Amino acid sequence: MPKDTGIGASSKRREDVRFLTGDGNYTDDINVHGQAYVHFLRSDVAHAKINGIDTSAAEGMPGVIRIFTGKDFEAVGGLPCGWQVTDRHGQPMQEPKHPVLAHGKVRHVGDPICAVVAETLAQARDAAEAIELDLEILPAVINMKEAVKDGAPKVHDDLTSNLCYDWGFVEENRAAVDEAISKAAHVTTLELVNNRLIANPMEPRVAVGQWEKGTGDYTLYTTSQNPHVIRLLMGAFVLGIPEHKLRVVAPDVGGGFGSKIFHYAEEAFCTWAAKECRRPVKWTSTRSEAFMTDAHGRDHVTRIELALDADHNFTALRTETYANMGAYLSTFAPSVPTWLHGTLMAGNYKTPLIYVNVKAVFTNTVPVDAYRGAGRPEATFQLERVIDKAARELGVDPIELRRKNFVTEFPYATPVAVEYDTGDYNATMDKLIEIADIAGFEARAEESKKKGLWRGLGVNSYIEACGIAPSNLVGQLGARAGLYESATVRVNATGGLVVMTGSHSHGQGHETAFPQVVADMIGIPEDMVEVVHGDTANTPMGMGTYGSRSLAVGGSAMVRATEKIIAKAKKIAAHIMEASDSDIELKDGKFTVAGTDKSLAWGDVTLAAYVPHNYPLKDMEPGLEETAFYDPNNFTYPAGAYACEVEVDPETGKVTVARFAAADDFGNIINPMIVDGQVHGGIAQGIGQALLENCAYDEAGQLISASYMDYAMPRADDVPFYSVDHSCQTPCTHNPLGVKGCGEAGAIGSPPAVVNAVIDALQRGGKNVTHIDMPLSPARVWAAMNGATANEGAAQPAARDSGSAEGRSLGGQV
Amino acid sequence: MAKVSMRVNGKSVSADVEGRTLLVEMLRGPLGLTGTHVGCDTSQCGACVVHVNGKAVKACTMFAAEAEGAEVTTIEGMANADGSLGTIQQAFQDYHGLQCGFCTPGMVMSAAALLKDNPKPTESEIRHYLEGNICRCTGYHNIVKAIQAASGQDVGAIAAE
Repeated sequence: MPKDTGIGASSKRREDVRFLTGDGNYTDDINVHGQAYVHFLRSDVAHAKINGIDTSAAEGMPGVIRIFTGKDFEAVGGLPCGWQVTDRHGQPMQEPKHPVLAHGKVRHVGDPICAVVAETLAQARDAAEAIELDLEILPAVINMKEAVKDGAPKVHDDLTSNLCYDWGFVEENRAAVDEAISKAAHVTTLELVNNRLIANPMEPRVAVGQWEKGTGDYTLYTTSQNPHVIRLLMGAFVLGIPEHKLRVVAPDVGGGFGSKIFHYAEEAFCTWAAKECRRPVKWTSTRSEAFMTDAHGRDHVTRIELALDADHNFTALRTETYANMGAYLSTFAPSVPTWLHGTLMAGNYKTPLIYVNVKAVFTNTVPVDAYRGAGRPEATFQLERVIDKAARELGVDPIELRRKNFVTEFPYATPVAVEYDTGDYNATMDKLIEIADIAGFEARAEESKKKGLWRGLGVNSYIEACGIAPSNLVGQLGARAGLYESATVRVNATGGLVVMTGSHSHGQGHETAFPQVVADMIGIPEDMVEVVHGDTANTPMGMGTYGSRSLAVGGSAMVRATEKIIAKAKKIAAHIMEASDSDIELKDGKFTVAGTDKSLAWGDVTLAAYVPHNYPLKDMEPGLEETAFYDPNNFTYPAGAYACEVEVDPETGKVTVARFAAADDFGNIINPMIVDGQVHGGIAQGIGQALLENCAYDEAGQLISASYMDYAMPRADDVPFYSVDHSCQTPCTHNPLGVKGCGEAGAIGSPPAVVNAVIDALQRGGKNVTHIDMPLSPARVWAAMNGATANEGAAQPAARDSGSAEGRSLGGQV
Repeated sequence: MAKVSMRVNGKSVSADVEGRTLLVEMLRGPLGLTGTHVGCDTSQCGACVVHVNGKAVKACTMFAAEAEGAEVTTIEGMANADGSLGTIQQAFQDYHGLQCGFCTPGMVMSAAALLKDNPKPTESEIRHYLEGNICRCTGYHNIVKAIQAASGQDVGAIAAE
């Protein structure tokens, strides 16, 4: 029987009411008295030397307050990188300076050169058009494999090359992996591209900077997933503003998907310019600016080899990946292709030997960083594609090949440094087979055939590491931050509670789900609990929301703080009822003394805490407010199995997703409705990656997918209804709620399911196509069907538009 | 600058705006109706959909001056007279048809226009109609369900296929 309140209930979201009535408070809805507007004049070329900037004509134009260039920011720090990766020779990565406004050179289309502050946005734009730039165009490097060749133009003249790092993991295993592969009964090799994507939250980024002359205090309103992180990075490393003089507010935020984790130049500019101009300064990104300034995602080019013995046991795995960093290191960029990717290469399988090599490369493109899943989709895609190819080569059932190699005993220490605490991969596969009605596939394929369409089935498993992350571990891995989370629980005199959390909700529904937990623990109605988030002035220092961490880490902090509240409240109740606090029980919002009929209501005790007339003042302080910081012991490991059925039109190459099913194990569930919604959204983004989305640069570094006219976002008629299930639950063993996190799973598990399905359809249609690079646009599918017997790079003309895809055929075909 | 007057959500309003001011800019700026959102600059995303003289319009595609004398309805005008959520709004909450909420005003306004013309749309008709509204959070599953529910159709019957 579904619950109607508390943990496990599909409580309707309370935040919806303001979003549905136009009463949300997004950053662009905030207008500060006296604000001016900034427009950034950005580079329209990928790589150039700035020989001169003439602002004289622009300065006299109506409404112009001040025009800033890179020179104005010489004394200001660069945008910092929060993760230092050490390469396989023990050397730190190359780390270039990332100025707020370009200085000396521009390094990607969209790099800001000048900032025009004016009375109105229109005036700022008009003035920017009157600025004369003298740019000396330089050759651009776009293709990663070209970028690391000797003699390639350098993105940063002061670095030794365009190679950020050459990472090996686990380096000590390298020789053993090589040997196992050379001796294997069968080796399946696959070259693939994980296509470059743009996160595209529907709300573009906004920043409003404010400086109070009277107090010297700064406030930044910004579209962020982690306001405390922005305060620390911007205050300490860029502008030199101590945290106690800087408040960062991230109010209602319209989606993030990773792209709003990072500290961006526009935030630092608006904050700094507010003091320089003695005016609040507001910037609202256009969508075109978002395409050329929001950190991009993915963009890996990989060769993977899977070795199997004669019994089809996986014996070794070796991958070599080129990972695009773009022109500068975004906040967490170096961690994505390394620690968020290499550590997941075991997948759901007991492969004993694994070696991962990653070469991170600077190119004249927008910085690349975490996008929904961040590294884990890249790992899953390689693994689940190569397994599918191996099954086809060996003539075995792809599900059975997976089952044969599943990890079945927990805890399981992988050869890539992580330990899975719990899971049941056969259970999610069984559930998937049921909800996807795989038994009915052949009949549906026959129906498709009658319509002249080829139907294919793709199945895969996935695992991810969430609940990021144990601070001491990530510190060893190069993180320059801790990854705990915080919560303060304040109980008011009349019994209502406020949870002030370091987590941030930008669509995840924390305002509804977090109170379900606290209300359940105390036994009071959910509407007595309110969540406050997104403002450094009234929340404890927290690391924010990404990596499916809010409930697993932030929720755990909230539970710990609530436990402290309950422990103190029991002592107050024990004093009033003249009992031992060990005899006090709290249930349904009522304190009772075991074995007696004495009781006190929750509100009686909370009132006593603040009106302490009958109170153990000698032993305890009055008041009822507790803070907890929670640092996880391990990652959490959500896992599952996904199935996609597609129909391919052999005449046009068009792929239609006919069915999609997802069986996930997220451990315990707080709000099933919200969990379903998270999975739905992730699946749509994964289908988007697999079939539609591609961030494309031409050879000169021009971004040719810079609007929704050119970047294909999934629309309602591109996707079907999804069948999702999360009834397989192996609770996380190391956090108090037993939760694992669900935000990224859909985007991680779905791309290989779609591609596997398309390859299956083509094979069933008699075409020996073993791989097509994403996105599987009609042009690429048609070319693969008609131009070659196997996956030839040349058979995918559309792929050549993407700089990174260009070099994918290096290393040869198998 | 010129004075532009119109009726918005049943109230007569006016503002001095430039000739190049878009309807969405007038709504969000001088009129303070920030429920209508701007998600792109190419009239693709649909976050700014309002009704002008009863028709769904992307408020970034017309100048404010073009709405002179028009009857405009925005998301702020969609609740019931007593302030409770209207049928479509309520269905979006009941079926979890929104997450971050940014595309939601446009989705609700488009859904209202659809149901006015086609009171019992099929799944396919809903999906096709929403091609001008992009949502990045929900994968559309629950938006389609919400609109079917708002039209009085049995949503419980919706399965994977």
